Amino acid sequence: MSAAHDEKQPRRVHLKVLGATLGAGAFAYAMAPLRAWTKNISKEEFLQRHYKELTREELAKVIQRLEAETKRDYGRDVTIKDPKPREGVEFGYALNLSVCIGCRKCAEACHVENNHDRRTNNSYIRVLEMEQGSFDMERGNVQYDGPVPKPGKFYMPVQCHQCDNAPCTKVCPVQATWKEPDGIVVVDYNWCIGCRYCEAACPYHARRFNWQKPEIPAEQVNPDQGYLSNRIRPQGVVEKCTFCLHRTREGKLPACLEACPTGARVFGNLLDPNSEIRWVLEHKRVFILKEELGTRPRFFYYFDV
Amino acid sequence: MARTVRTAPATNVRVNAPTIFLASALASALPLALVGCGHRDQPQTFAAAPPESAVGTTKIHEPEKLWSIETGKTDALGAPLRVACVTCHTLRVPNALPDKPEELKEFHRGLQFDHGNNKCGSCHVVGAQDSLRLADGRTIPMRDALVLCGQCHGSQLRDYKAGAHGGMSGHWDLASGGRLRNHCVDCHDPHVPKFTPSTPVLPPRDRHLGPPVPHEGGPAIPRLSQAGSKGGHS
Repeated sequence: MSAAHDEKQPRRVHLKVLGATLGAGAFAYAMAPLRAWTKNISKEEFLQRHYKELTREELAKVIQRLEAETKRDYGRDVTIKDPKPREGVEFGYALNLSVCIGCRKCAEACHVENNHDRRTNNSYIRVLEMEQGSFDMERGNVQYDGPVPKPGKFYMPVQCHQCDNAPCTKVCPVQATWKEPDGIVVVDYNWCIGCRYCEAACPYHARRFNWQKPEIPAEQVNPDQGYLSNRIRPQGVVEKCTFCLHRTREGKLPACLEACPTGARVFGNLLDPNSEIRWVLEHKRVFILKEELGTRPRFFYYFDV
Repeated sequence: MARTVRTAPATNVRVNAPTIFLASALASALPLALVGCGHRDQPQTFAAAPPESAVGTTKIHEPEKLWSIETGKTDALGAPLRVACVTCHTLRVPNALPDKPEELKEFHRGLQFDHGNNKCGSCHVVGAQDSLRLADGRTIPMRDALVLCGQCHGSQLRDYKAGAHGGMSGHWDLASGGRLRNHCVDCHDPHVPKFTPSTPVLPPRDRHLGPPVPHEGGPAIPRLSQAGSKGGHS
């Protein structure tokens, strides 16, 4: 009995050693991508706190680091600002479907202004070619080609609606995305973990994921950047339209509006009763997309009467 | 707490849960402060409200004055030959305006016209080629064409005045700077006002649907130069 017991012991030891070796190997293999990833991330970036927790001095240091990294990776001197929301300003946007011709110049302006990846033609604006008589966004065609406008179709550009009841901000497990006091939903790209829950939650397909580090030739980089808006996003984070807050918080019009050749876009302060956007909301046939979801967008569509 | 709710709604969600938990467990506000809600609840700092008086002005883009027209001929070097308006309009005694451009015998013969039932004399004035004629007989300078167009296109003029028709650039907030607005004729050729169909720019390249496009380091958006040109549809 005792002899048989002794014979079993070495086998058990071997199995334990084998198991431990395999386990350690599997763990090392599983962690390999993480080790490769941490090579690209500095200690400061790893330890950086949430945007809202940063003091003014810490944010200045972060911005300094980001500007240096952009210079190193893209060969361009850029200025990253952090314009704050203004007291008494809440942004609203309206788009006239009667005159939009589907030329996609807004999407192109967004592509250039917001430092999007040049390979993928990424843009925060998706222009849908729709059948007249239907608002079914899911049947819209984004792959259409010219000449536009085609008979029997209308064109509906869709971008972030900056919802007051935003589903995207609620699902974020790390609160890397939130609504600012002037109505703009923003992302702290350095806090985002890239889980893409927000992308799934958005009913307007307004969020994009950076599958790769954006590729932009130095001369095409827009050097006028904002921390919460168009600075070049790192790989593996979600991005979205911010109504060009680096421009609009300084009083300028968004890039997509300036590019529109038909004047279909109207932008302004919802709290100013004399603003253009208020005139549209009070005088035109205005509707919001997917109203039944209760998202309460700040982006409105309208028709000429 | 009330301050947090007013200024930073997003952090409010985060603060609520520990607040309720701690309050019920410890029934005291002191541990809440010790646990460190402290700087997390910094109220959002606002920029100063825009001043009352506007500093920026809205300007309407003034189309370039037309000094000459094409003759359809080329000079010795092959460049298109243009002739100044004054070459004829100061010397010749003007004829009465025809109804259609096809009735012209010399210049302006290739002019395309597709603008309702208008005749040349509906807008133009005999002997005053820089002026336009309103329906009530008054003449206005060419640059004030907005008024002329608005005689028929009243709803467009109404929308334009309200800022809801026509492209613009500059500032939404006139306290921060000015704004430049397009003139009617920046986008609409007055003789053929309807937009001609155009090819859309920046076709989407979906990661799964679109064909892979090699990146060659050159300008990836070849039609970029057209983006800035307003009224390229005429």
